[in-house]
Amino acid sequence: MAQPIGSPTVGGNAIGGNAVEIRGLAKRFDTDEALAPFDADIAAGRLTGLVGPDGAGKTTLLRLLAALLKPTAGTARVAGHDVAAEPTQVRLVTGYMPQRFGLYEDLSVLENLRLYARLRGLRGKELTETFERLLRFTRLEPFTGRLAGRLSGGMKQKLGLACALMARPEVLLLDEPSVGVDPVSRQDLWRMVDELTGEGMAVLWSTAYLDEAERCDTVLLLNDGRVEYHGPPAELTQRLAGRSFRLTGEAEDRRRLLAEALDLPTVRDGVIQGASVRVVLTEGSDRASVDELAHGHGSVVEPAEARFEDAFVDLLGGGPGGHSAIAEKMEAVTLDAEMVVECRHLTKRFGDFTATDDATFQVRKGEIFGLLGPNGAGKSTTFKMLCGLLRPTAGEALVAGHDLRHAPGQAKLQLGYMAQKFSLYGLLSVRQNLEFFSGVYGLEGGLRKRRIREMVETFELGRFLDASPDLLPLGFKQRLALACSLMHRPPVLFLDEPTSGVDPLTRREFWTHINGLVRKGVTVLVTTHFMDEAEYCDRVALMYRSRIIALDAPDALKASAASAETPDPTMEEAFIALVEAADRRVGEEAA
Amino acid sequence: MNVRLRSQVVKEMLSYLRDPRSRMTLIVPPLMQLLIFSFAATLEVRNVDIAVLDRDSGAWSREMVQRVDAAGFVDRIVPVNSLAELRRLVDHREVLLGLHFDAGFSRDIEAGRPAEAQLLVDGRRANAGQIAVGYIEAVAAQLGAELAPAGGVPPPSTVVRHAFNPNLTYRWFIVPSLSGILAMFISLVVTSLSIARERELGTFDQLLVSPATPLEIVVGKTVPAVILGTVLGTIMITAGILIFGIPFTGSLPLLLASLVLFILSIVGIGLMLSSVCGTQQQAILGTFSVAVPIVLISGFATPVENMPDWLQWVAQASPLKYYLVIVQGSFLKALPPEVVLANAWPMAAIALVTLTSAVVLVKRRLS
Repeated sequence: MAQPIGSPTVGGNAIGGNAVEIRGLAKRFDTDEALAPFDADIAAGRLTGLVGPDGAGKTTLLRLLAALLKPTAGTARVAGHDVAAEPTQVRLVTGYMPQRFGLYEDLSVLENLRLYARLRGLRGKELTETFERLLRFTRLEPFTGRLAGRLSGGMKQKLGLACALMARPEVLLLDEPSVGVDPVSRQDLWRMVDELTGEGMAVLWSTAYLDEAERCDTVLLLNDGRVEYHGPPAELTQRLAGRSFRLTGEAEDRRRLLAEALDLPTVRDGVIQGASVRVVLTEGSDRASVDELAHGHGSVVEPAEARFEDAFVDLLGGGPGGHSAIAEKMEAVTLDAEMVVECRHLTKRFGDFTATDDATFQVRKGEIFGLLGPNGAGKSTTFKMLCGLLRPTAGEALVAGHDLRHAPGQAKLQLGYMAQKFSLYGLLSVRQNLEFFSGVYGLEGGLRKRRIREMVETFELGRFLDASPDLLPLGFKQRLALACSLMHRPPVLFLDEPTSGVDPLTRREFWTHINGLVRKGVTVLVTTHFMDEAEYCDRVALMYRSRIIALDAPDALKASAASAETPDPTMEEAFIALVEAADRRVGEEAA
Repeated sequence: MNVRLRSQVVKEMLSYLRDPRSRMTLIVPPLMQLLIFSFAATLEVRNVDIAVLDRDSGAWSREMVQRVDAAGFVDRIVPVNSLAELRRLVDHREVLLGLHFDAGFSRDIEAGRPAEAQLLVDGRRANAGQIAVGYIEAVAAQLGAELAPAGGVPPPSTVVRHAFNPNLTYRWFIVPSLSGILAMFISLVVTSLSIARERELGTFDQLLVSPATPLEIVVGKTVPAVILGTVLGTIMITAGILIFGIPFTGSLPLLLASLVLFILSIVGIGLMLSSVCGTQQQAILGTFSVAVPIVLISGFATPVENMPDWLQWVAQASPLKYYLVIVQGSFLKALPPEVVLANAWPMAAIALVTLTSAVVLVKRRLS
């Protein structure tokens, strides 16, 4: 890059100097302490990760630093300017990208850029130069005429970033820029941020993805408005050394193994990774009981390298238990069909654009089947055809033997559906939502009351019954959405990006329920962007450019992407490798 | 009603009424509008300013000006000295009328010859101008009658008696019509938003994957909206009788039954709109592009008979046209049941067509 993206003055900053100085900064909303007083310095030319569960105060901190909120106490100086005393100057030297960046969806990419440039007072030659630079930097040049509303999630974020960079900021504040962004676009975002920090810009990146936090130079870990840790991620991870183990081998039921492991007093946290189970021990305990458990299941325990995520969960008090109360209350599923979901040559065309091209797969009873792929690859279209929301152009989609488009109400009772955006009625209370969803699935009288009570008890919704779902903490929103979709005990569950933007602890709890349900014979179809969620699946179909480019168990997919440089790729690396391989094949065919 | 349908009706009702703020916005504005419009919307002409150029300056021109000044509709008489000034005042909208007496006006009268005065009217305000000209003509006619040679036969005069609304009280006409128009607007907005909102929030997909059928979805949205619109319409009819004191001479049960049919047909239009709109913004814009023509061709402001033939045909599709006949007639002229019926069945037909289309459109979303 010939020209720096950031302010020319940034280059003068010694890398490692402080771009942000926080002294006793605190924020209180009414009686609610959003941020407890704390001190911190954020270095110029470094990437600082801001991590923590939902409601920890990440957005509050970013908004304080962008001078969009007034601190209740303490001070923060951003590039030498006090946020309370000189908000105007602070806004000139910061670039802030909120979670949902204010892009005008009815304007084109270029029009959006022009608007933000005008707001920043750029004109003439400076304006055209800035545009060229930013378009080249974000690689959005081919799409300047496209409406912002029609961009994919990843491209939207890049455009948002370009708009935030318009000011040539010294400090860049990014609020969860990678939510809803696929691994390929995420890689692009990382490349861009790397370049920016290389020029001396201070970047504060808030995230719910802990593998991202691991890649930051420094992390600021917030929990419940308090700074729990501030330093290099490796240092925190180091504390967990020797406590992480992998249970491999032919465990016939890894979900049960996980559930039982999580119930051991010596186990702090655990997740499924493909065919194996990963556990973290509590501090100071030995591995004897884990060994014993693994032995009983015919699996082998081997030490694993600690990850930042282990440390994060440990710091926040460990993961949830292994048993799902709701799954235990559920009767085992009785479905005659062995193949619960079947697609045969499923194709959907919108005009001359093919969204899903000849998808064929089957999902067995009691299986978790994942649909992965970059934004716009056709996952959602395929998913919608399966649950009867879209008519296929060709081919057919059957759920429990029915084509749901023509299926009577009886067939639809087989299906539970949880949408990406927590589709609950905000105008109704939590209780009224539960009553509505039980009613619309035909539950009546005593059974209806019993099911609602059961959901309220197992998901601990009691104290929110009269509140609007919109006001619930994210974790409870998700519980309520799950409760509503399980009210009628469906044998098949469709989950469309169920944990997008949800923190790791809430995500673990969610998967505990899903694992429990699967053990009762429920079949689960899930689309996701989280590669660690893909690990929970029995099989994964990877979609790219409307086609299924790979379909296998997570471990097999990882193995197929192994190379000399990366002998043991992560799911994310495997994903990127497979997508790139597909691109190469297309290139070769064209040549 | 089966439990699925019942829960949908309850859900829809709650989403109108649970939140105190949305409850207020549904009920208070229409009633406020009824009060405001019934005072504001009047065709009577008042507070008219008139410029007078009196080149005569005789007794009769002064008598005429004094009589005009004394008339109830006149606010101000502005004396001017030249025709140019008179023209300027009309041009600048400072006066609605200019009254011009040429020299010799009084002389002509004294001589028993017909006297002439010129009246300049602002054509941009044609309606008010015409009415004011009528008033002035009445003043002139009065003066002429008094001047008629003593002992001669007074010129024949007509005495007009207005049937049904003897004093031509404008409110008697406008309040009943407004009760229909305002109830229509609320029902239309509420229903056109309902599916679009669910689609925007993603709950519509949730509904489509549930066992609820398209028919149930449409019925589940129709029933609460009809209840809401009918209740509002009834409140406004009651206000017309009790607060505005408008005589009610027809059959209340028949009027209420017609109101239900009217709201049903409007709800059908709203749901059709809603099922084709992707967002709430589109739905609101759609509502206005439909509601305004419905009112304009309904005969509320201008009689349907005065419209060109093709537009009269279009007007037959406006449910408001039929309801206005029923509601106005029920108030003022004891509309007989057979006329009510003749105007009720077209509304039923419109409701059937629009509601069926709404079901078809929802069904099409499914596939």
